[in-house]
Amino acid sequence: MADGSIGLWTVPLAVLGGAIRVSTPFLFVSLGECITERSGRINLGLEGTLVMGAMSAYGISYLSGSPWLGVLAAGITGALLGALHAGICSLPRVNDVAVGIALMLFGTGLAFYLGKPLIEPTAPRLPAIDFGWWSDIPQVRAALRVNVLFLIGVALAPVLYWAFRTTRWGLLIRTAGESSDAARAMGHSVLLIRLRATMVGGFLAGIGGSFLSLFYPGSWNEGLSSGQGITAVALVIFARWDPLLCLWASLAFGGAAALGPALQSVGVTSGYHLFNAAPYILTLAIMIITCSPKRTLTGAPAELSITR
Amino acid sequence: MDFGRISRRHLLQGGAALTLGAAAGARPAFAAETTIGFIYVGSRDDYGYNQAHAQGAAALKKIPGLKVIEEEKVPETDAVEKTIESMINLDGATLLFPTSFGYYNPHMVKMANKYPKLHFEHCGGLWTDKDPKNAGSYFGYIDEAQYISGIVAGYTSKSGKLGFVAAKPIPQVLRNINAFTLGAKLANPKATTQVIFTGDWSMPVKEAEATNSLIDQGVDVLTCHVDGPKTMVENAARRGAFVCGYHTNQSPLAPKAYLTGAEWNWEALYPKFVKMVAAGESIPNFYRGGLKEEIIKTSPYGEAVSAEARKHADDVKAKFLGGDGYAIFKGPLLDNKGKTVIAAGTDRGQKDPELEKMDYLVEGVLGATS
Repeated sequence: MADGSIGLWTVPLAVLGGAIRVSTPFLFVSLGECITERSGRINLGLEGTLVMGAMSAYGISYLSGSPWLGVLAAGITGALLGALHAGICSLPRVNDVAVGIALMLFGTGLAFYLGKPLIEPTAPRLPAIDFGWWSDIPQVRAALRVNVLFLIGVALAPVLYWAFRTTRWGLLIRTAGESSDAARAMGHSVLLIRLRATMVGGFLAGIGGSFLSLFYPGSWNEGLSSGQGITAVALVIFARWDPLLCLWASLAFGGAAALGPALQSVGVTSGYHLFNAAPYILTLAIMIITCSPKRTLTGAPAELSITR
Repeated sequence: MDFGRISRRHLLQGGAALTLGAAAGARPAFAAETTIGFIYVGSRDDYGYNQAHAQGAAALKKIPGLKVIEEEKVPETDAVEKTIESMINLDGATLLFPTSFGYYNPHMVKMANKYPKLHFEHCGGLWTDKDPKNAGSYFGYIDEAQYISGIVAGYTSKSGKLGFVAAKPIPQVLRNINAFTLGAKLANPKATTQVIFTGDWSMPVKEAEATNSLIDQGVDVLTCHVDGPKTMVENAARRGAFVCGYHTNQSPLAPKAYLTGAEWNWEALYPKFVKMVAAGESIPNFYRGGLKEEIIKTSPYGEAVSAEARKHADDVKAKFLGGDGYAIFKGPLLDNKGKTVIAAGTDRGQKDPELEKMDYLVEGVLGATS
C-alpha cells in the first residue's frame, strides 16, 4: 500500500470501475432499443446511431464549448436517424432488419466522413461527480468518479419498467408490439407509435454515443465504438426486453470489459485474448442456458420480425 | 530497379529537372506525372501510426509532377491485393507504399512478382534475398527513441513503476517495450515496466481501461504502442500520470504531462526515396535507420523533465547520432523468465536482423507475450 499500489484489489475495483465507466453506452442503447422493440420493430442501425451520436456530440462540444449542447445534439441526431429508420419501415413490405443494417453502415460511414477534422482537436468533456470523497485511496476515488449520464441511465431503467406497466403510452407501445390489429382496433396508428418509439430509441442511443466521445474514453476516433452498439442491441434480447434486466446486463458487460486489462495489470497474463473476449463468452453462455426449442423467447414482443 | 520504360524515362527527366531546379533554387519538378500509391491499415487521421505515414505522403504531394493516391482502412488480407491492383491498373501507380506490417507476406510479395516492372516499398517487413528484387522493406529503429523515452521516464517516475499499453506481441512492439525498459533501467536500475496487451491496433475502450488499471497499480509514467495514442495520453493525464508519446507528437493533448515521445519522420524519408528514384539510383531493398538517418525523431522535452534526465538522455542521443552507433541490446541480457537471450560479450547492433525477430520481454518487464 505504501507505494500507492493496491495489489490484487485492483481486479474487483477495476471491474466495479469498468461497470460504471464502460456500461453507460450499453445502457442507453439497450434502453432505447427496448422501447423500439417493445413497439414491434427492431432497429439494428443503433450502432450507426451510436457512432453518429459520438461524432456529433464531440463536434458540437468542440465548436460551442459546451459539452451539454453536444449531448443534446447527439440525442437529436439519434432521433433523426430513428425517424429515418421508422420512415423507411413505414413503407409497405420493407424489412426492418435490412433497413437497420443499411442505416448502421450509413451512420458509421457518415460519422467517419464528417468526423475527419475532429480527430485531433480536444473538445470540452462532461464533468464527473466525485463519489469517492470518503476514501483516501486514489484508486477508489478514481473508480467512483461517476458521470451524470450514468446516473440518468440507472434512474431511467426503473422508470421505463414502471412506465411500460402502468402508463398509457407504455400500454400503447406494448399493444403495438404485441398485436398491431388490436392497436388499430383501438383507433391508434401503429406506424405513428412505432415512429415515436424508434425516435426515442435513437435519441437515447445518440446520448449513449455522446458519453463515449465526451466522457469515456473521451475523444473522437474511428475505432471508438468497436461494435458496442450492436452488442447493446443483442443485449436487449438477452435481457428479455425488460429495462431492469437491461441495466444489470449493461453493468455486467461493462465489468467484463474491464476484466482483461485488470487481470494483466496484476500479473495474470496467460490467455488475455480469452479474458478480452469475456463479454462475448458471457453472452453466449447465457443465451445457451436460457434458450429452449419448445417455446419462443419469453417476453418477446409478438410483432417483432426476428421472433416470428 | 526498373520502373517500366515510360515511367522510368519520366522519372529520369524529372531527375534532371530536379537537379536543375535545385541548382536554380527552385522546387524540383517532374516532367510528367508519376503516380505513387499509399495504403494504410487504419484511418489516415488517427493521430498516430497511419497519420505519420500520411504526413510523409503529404510531403510528396508538394513535389510538382508527383501524383499521390491514398487508400485507408485496408485490412491486412486479400483486400490489400485488390487495392494494389486497382492502384496499378486504374490509377497507373508505379511506386507503391503498403504501410502496414501484415501487408508484406504473402500479399505484397505476390503483387511484386505479378508486376515485376513496378516498385513496391513496404514499411516494417523483413526483405530477404528470396523476395522479389522490385520489392523492398524499410523501417525505422524507433526503439532508439523509445530508449530515450525510457531514460526520461525512469528519472521522472517516483514509484519506479512504468506502464506500457501495447496492441499485439509482435517483434516491433516487443522491441519497443524492451528498449523503453532498458532505457528506464539506466536511470533507475529498479524500474519495472508493466505491459498490457489490448489485442488489436485500435481499441479505445480497452486502451482506456488498460491505462486506468496500470495507474491503479501505482504506475506513474505511461507510454504505448497502439495506432492512436490519444486515448492513453488523455486518460493518463487526467489521472495525473506522466506520458511519453508515440508515432507523432501528442504534447498538445497534455502539455503538462507530456515528457517526450518517439516519433516517425517519414516526411524526411519519402522525399529522399523519390529523389533516389528520380536520380536513377535504386532504393536499397533492405532500408533501415534510426535517429542518425533521420527516419525517427524524439519529441521536445516537456516541462516536467528534470535537468538530470535531459542531460542523460541527450548524452545517449549523441551516441546514437555518433559514428560508431550504439547497441541497446547487449549481452548479458536476461528475459523476464530468467533465460539468457543475449550471451555476455555479444552486442546486437541496431541493424542486427535477429532483433527484428524478437519474441521475449527483458528482465524488468512485468507481463508475458502470450
